[in-house]
This record gives sequence, structure tokens and C-alpha cells, in this order.
Amino acid sequence: MDVKLALRVDDLDNVATVFANEVKAGDEIEIRDKRGHLDPVIVHSDVPYGHKIAVVDIPKGAHIMKYGESIGEADVDIKRGDYVHVHNMKALRGRGDLGK
Amino acid sequence: MGYTFQGYRRPDGRVGARNLVAVIPSVICANDVGQAICRQVQGTIGYFHHQGCCQLPLDLKRVTDTLSNLGQSPNVGAALIVSLGCEGTDHERIVEEIRATGKPCEIIRIQELGGTSRAIQAGIDAAQRMVKEISGQQRETVDISELTMAIKCGASDTTSGMASNCVIGYVADKLVDLGATVIFGETTEFLGGEHILARRAVGGENGPVGQKIYQIVDEMEKRAMAIGEDMRGGQPTPGNIAGGLSSIEEKSLGAIVKSGHRPIQGVLDYCDQGYGNKGLWIKDTPGREPEILTGMAATGAQVMMFSTGRGAPQGFPSMPVIKICGNPNTYERMQHDMDLNAGVIIEGKKSIEEVGEEAFALLLEVLNGRMTNNEALGYYGSMDIFCLGPVI
Repeated sequence: MDVKLALRVDDLDNVATVFANEVKAGDEIEIRDKRGHLDPVIVHSDVPYGHKIAVVDIPKGAHIMKYGESIGEADVDIKRGDYVHVHNMKALRGRGDLGK
Repeated sequence: MGYTFQGYRRPDGRVGARNLVAVIPSVICANDVGQAICRQVQGTIGYFHHQGCCQLPLDLKRVTDTLSNLGQSPNVGAALIVSLGCEGTDHERIVEEIRATGKPCEIIRIQELGGTSRAIQAGIDAAQRMVKEISGQQRETVDISELTMAIKCGASDTTSGMASNCVIGYVADKLVDLGATVIFGETTEFLGGEHILARRAVGGENGPVGQKIYQIVDEMEKRAMAIGEDMRGGQPTPGNIAGGLSSIEEKSLGAIVKSGHRPIQGVLDYCDQGYGNKGLWIKDTPGREPEILTGMAATGAQVMMFSTGRGAPQGFPSMPVIKICGNPNTYERMQHDMDLNAGVIIEGKKSIEEVGEEAFALLLEVLNGRMTNNEALGYYGSMDIFCLGPVI
């Protein structure tokens, strides 16, 4: 079977993007960094193609980092191998609702 | 070593990659007459927008400017203005400004001609005359530095920022180095990445260009927030979210990759022309396709390179739009809409540079006349003009 890959774009990133179809809970994914180093991790839930997983534990309120930049913050404590998306992280920009 | 393409030299010196007669309704109320003319006369395209009356003066000027700029754009060889007669746009100014470029421009007025059928007849006669007049023009060899290319991403997913936008960034850098002009927009999709762009501005982050970048992003964010809602309902779009993009910041950081690495020379307003400015420029536009494609064509761009992951099929009436697809699954499903597969980068089969060179070669072919998928399919009906105020 093909290796299931997730790409970690920058060394500062705490998430990686999964580029494999039909990733299921319990599958092993190889996280590849920009130097080609591989870091195997077990994912804790199904992850659709192109979605993200946590590379390290991310405490609630910490920035989610991709491209070496903040893409929002963790809504809850996130564990290495967790699926990371709108259910457990939130954007910090364009938030008209926060000004109310 | 220089690159060239075969283009149509206009009387004002600009070079077109297409040779079309543009049918330009000066107001939404003239669209049906314009559509009837386009259906009948080969070699015409229409700009069927939804503006031009009962708007604030600021917006009526934007609509007039944009329609005039579209008529002046180099892919248009001649123009027919379709006026109703009572609209708020300045249709006489549109005619004057297009004629000032030296190309044929005529106008028909529906109310003055006695209604729909008479206007259609007069419009068909005029459009037929102009198509016959310009269709014999030959292409000539011009240097690639005469190219102004617009770039955009749409229906994005997480492959966009890692594959297709990287390919466009490669082409953008190469064109800038060859003395051409590249323009990108989508100010909404700078949110979270504006500091990276501002640092690339000529004069640095604290210079006038850098500060202008911060300013347009701030204005766009305030407009979105003024309603008191969370922008996440609209940006990222539901399709972006299904594609794995979790926040506007993530979408932005992937989107700005398409601008490459060269210095940013300046910021154009939505109604500015930017043809032949040289180097990399920003145009202040929203992200939605009809408004940005219109703004970029009105800039004078002869072609657009458009990155997508989810699969955006649409083009623009007078500007070929080359679709670069970053998602290999989408490319497999939508090959008849996608012009180039950058999904091979995600699969590790080719490098960004290899696919970038393929995209550059395809760009030259399209400039020379090869149709893009959306041109061949006639998938370019939706366009509109970005207005700021209410309809009143």
C-alpha cells in the first residue's frame, strides 16, 4: 500500500496537511517536512483529503501555525494526531461578531 | 534570450491577444438588446453587467470608468455601446474615450431608435460592419514585455497554496524578470498575510506602497465587519472549508503565494488601468469572480492565469482565463474545464519549476490564439462591476 503523506510546510508549523484519500481513524500517516524528514503519526479520526492534523499537542488558546504564520487559534486542547479544522480552531480576522 | 508572442497591434500601440468586437450595454436595462446582437453576429462578445442606474454618483462613475476601460482594453478591436437613453452612466464619455484610442466605436440608443426590435436591427448592422472591418487584421510578433497578465485563485482548497499558486508564482516571477506586467488582487484574501506583502513593497513596509497595502486590507476588513457578523460564514466559502481551509488567514497565506517573490510596485484602485506598468502590481478588488475578472480585464490585461483546487470553470468574455488545477482528484474529474494539472506536484511526480515551465509554454500558446477551455466552451457569461454604495 502507498504511504499516506501529510506535508508540514514550515518548521514553525504545528499542523500538517494530509494529501491522501480515505484516511481513517487509526491509520498511520507520514508527516514530511520541507527537508524530506518523515515523522509517523497515528490519526485519531477520519481525515478528508487536503485537511490538517496536529503535529504536536496544541493547548487551547495557542496559535495554529501553517506556512510559519498564524492561521487562527485552538478552541480546545488539541493532541498530536488530532484532526484540526473549524470544529476545534477559529479564525481571528474578519470577526465582526466579536465587536458586538 | 527573448520570448515573443503573436498579437494584434492597436492604433494606440497596445497589443491584443484577441480581436473582438465588444458589445457594451451602458446599463443593465440595455442587456437584452445587446444579447440579441451578440447571438446574431460572429466575432462579438458582450459585457452583460447589472449596474448603471439608480446608484450614487461615486458608483455611476465607477461603472462608466470600467465600461470605458473594457472598451479600451487591447483584446477589443472595436466597440458598440448600447444605450437605453435615460441611464445614469455617462455613455457619451465612454464613446469619446474608446474613440480616442483610435479604434472604431459606435453607439445605438434604444429609446431614440424607437424600441427593441429597431435597436436590435441597427445594432446588428453596426456590429456586422465592425466585425468585417477588424477581422482581417493580422497578428504580428511582439516581445513578451508587452504582456500584462492578471492572476487570481478561486474555488480554492489546501492544494492551491501548495501547488497551483506556486506554479503561478513561478510564472509571475519569470514574467516580471522579462519586463512584463503582472497584476494580482483579492484584497479580502490578504487578511492574515498583509505583513508579508507589505514587506515586499517598493520602499518597504513603512513606505507609501507598504502602508497602502495595510490600508486597503483594513478598509476591506472593516466593510466586512461593519454588519457585525463573523466573516467565516462567507469567507472562507463553504467549498473552501470542505476543501480543508479552516480560516481566512489560512486561505490568504495560500492565496498570496501566487504573487511570487518580486517587489510590489504599487496599488491600483478598482477603476485604474495598469497595462504596461511593468513589474508586479496589486489591484484593490474583492475575491468574487465576476467582479475581479471584470476589474482585471478593465485594467488592460490580455490574459489571466487562474488557480483552483475545487474546480472553478468560468472565464471572461474578452480575456482568456487559463485554469491551473492544484488538486489531482479535481483534475481527474474536470479535465474539460482545467487547462493544466498542477496536482502532479502534490503527488510528487513533478517539481514546481517543471510545471511552471509547462504553464509558461501554455501561456504563450494562448496569447498566440489557442483557446482556453472556458473560451472553447463559451463559459464566460457572468461578469459584474464592483460597486461600493447601495442601489437606490
